[in-house]
Amino acid sequence: MLYRENGQFKASYAADQQIFPILQDRVAIGALLAIAFIVLPLFGSEYLFRAILIPFLILALAALGLNILVGYCGQISLGTGAFMAVGAYGAYNFLVRIDGMPLIGAMLLGGLSATVIGVLFGIPSLRIKGLYLAMATLAAQFFTDWAFLRISWFTNNSSSGSVSVAGLNVFGLPIESPVAKYLFCLVVVCVFALMAKNLTRSAIGRQWMAIRDMDVAAAVIGIRPMYAKLSAFAVSSFIVGVAGALWAFIHLGAWEPAAFSIDRSFQLLFMVIIGGLGSIMGAFFGAAFIIVLPILLDQIPQWFGIPLSTATTSHLVHMIFGALIVFFLIVEPHGLAKLWSIGKQKLRLWPFPH
Amino acid sequence: MMMNDIATAAEASATGGRRIGEVILDLQNISLRFGGVKALTDISFNVREHEIRSIIGPNGAGKSSMLNVINGVYHPQEGRILFHGQERKKMEPHMAATQGIARTFQNIALFKGMSVLDNIMTGRNLKMKSNLLQMALYWGAVQKEEIAHREKVEEIIDFLEIQSVRKTPVGQLPYGLQKRVELGRALAAEPTMLLLDEPMAGMNVEEKQDMCRFILDVNDQFGTTIVLIEHDMGVVMDISDRVVVLDYGKKIGDGAPDEVRNNEEVIRAYLGTSH
Repeated sequence: MLYRENGQFKASYAADQQIFPILQDRVAIGALLAIAFIVLPLFGSEYLFRAILIPFLILALAALGLNILVGYCGQISLGTGAFMAVGAYGAYNFLVRIDGMPLIGAMLLGGLSATVIGVLFGIPSLRIKGLYLAMATLAAQFFTDWAFLRISWFTNNSSSGSVSVAGLNVFGLPIESPVAKYLFCLVVVCVFALMAKNLTRSAIGRQWMAIRDMDVAAAVIGIRPMYAKLSAFAVSSFIVGVAGALWAFIHLGAWEPAAFSIDRSFQLLFMVIIGGLGSIMGAFFGAAFIIVLPILLDQIPQWFGIPLSTATTSHLVHMIFGALIVFFLIVEPHGLAKLWSIGKQKLRLWPFPH
Repeated sequence: MMMNDIATAAEASATGGRRIGEVILDLQNISLRFGGVKALTDISFNVREHEIRSIIGPNGAGKSSMLNVINGVYHPQEGRILFHGQERKKMEPHMAATQGIARTFQNIALFKGMSVLDNIMTGRNLKMKSNLLQMALYWGAVQKEEIAHREKVEEIIDFLEIQSVRKTPVGQLPYGLQKRVELGRALAAEPTMLLLDEPMAGMNVEEKQDMCRFILDVNDQFGTTIVLIEHDMGVVMDISDRVVVLDYGKKIGDGAPDEVRNNEEVIRAYLGTSH
């Protein structure tokens, strides 16, 4: 009854093409942003920011980047961790080697470094598809693991192999407190999510999806497969690179290459698959599912006062979490975003069946 | 030759002053092999501006291969292709698109995950000039461009009478409508030459009539040259200006529908011979 678009007529194509054409959606997203920007910073605890929201936002950003490549352009990649690492170490080097380099500048340059590496490792996609391409991108993962561990120039010759950043600030505002870190991540994520949405709803997004759905037909209507695929690799690894820089600078503070291991690549791929391929919202759902759910599951026994040892809890969490992944994939192989849109579709008619 | 001219002139007056012009596509001695399989052997024919040119033949005759040669998906080992009088060298499919050749496929090749609107919008991608950064910001010029193209696409949607499904993902549409959307996507590029690979396969009579009407209207209103592969002989003989007949990768007949219909070799290919 509440979620109806009756009477919301579109009189222009501009009105019809907006991101949220239904009024209720606009209200909902406005409320969500108000909560994220105003309510949470006022009432959130330090634990909430450090352990849940900041990792959630940053990994959602990385998943968003990966989703452009996998979900929109159909090119599978297992090198996401590598592109995050390139973003992180790239940004680090720009920050420490160039005097007066602002944080945002370093992060964007880190993203551009990831773009270069991403395009380089994307070149095999012009010839190979599917699992074979996954193998080729896996090479990126092993290569960067090796490079950042062995080539000491990248780590500014640090003796332990670990690097750290401190005293970050944006336009003179220090990014030290959890709230400041959270807000900084939130702004970056919102800006990138909006830009990604814009890309996917304009000509380049249609080219990516065309390549994903039917590459021969796409070529025949004038899409250059090389441009479409490599631009997807470029945009994707740029976003992933910026997410990597955020992860290193804001979330970790001090890190070594293991922070961007193959596990990270798999984790992000799972987020994209569970969240929903080819959906901006899917990246957020996926990140919430993979990051937030295990933490919540971990807390449940405490809330009910059930005495369980930490080890038992963590085993249980693994088992329940695994079962949930299987459950959701059976219920809806197209991910939580699809489940969400089916729910909205049903809600439009509710309480009538059709 | 004389017969041919009279036939085309009569056809032109019958369809309302549509003028058949010069040869725009000339295929000379095309041979195409896949390893040891000869898909096409020494085939020559031409296509004139504004005409409806049909390619017919039994299954496996090489009709679809012929279309794939024309729009650059396959590269023939021998032969010359002249388009607008210029010889084509090495050719990629997207280059054919930039030269104004659009096509549909025998097995529907729509972008299944996208809506009808997005599929047809994709057909206009060559005409969209914004760069990546502008699109990311979706500011002013990009939005104007999207809207301008949307207006064109809506014209096509009106033309093909698919207004009610414009936001539906194409995978959910029935077969006949999918074929129509595919035609729409090809038309969106405003091609000068349209290659249709069995646009009426698997349709019922009403759907075929609709599709024929669309093809004739495209040809008549936009002056688009049409190269058509079709198995329904009634349709082919009714709407074609000239017909070329292939069998086992060789050309066995070429000319106006009536000529082809009475060609001994064509009859033999279709009906078999008595021994």
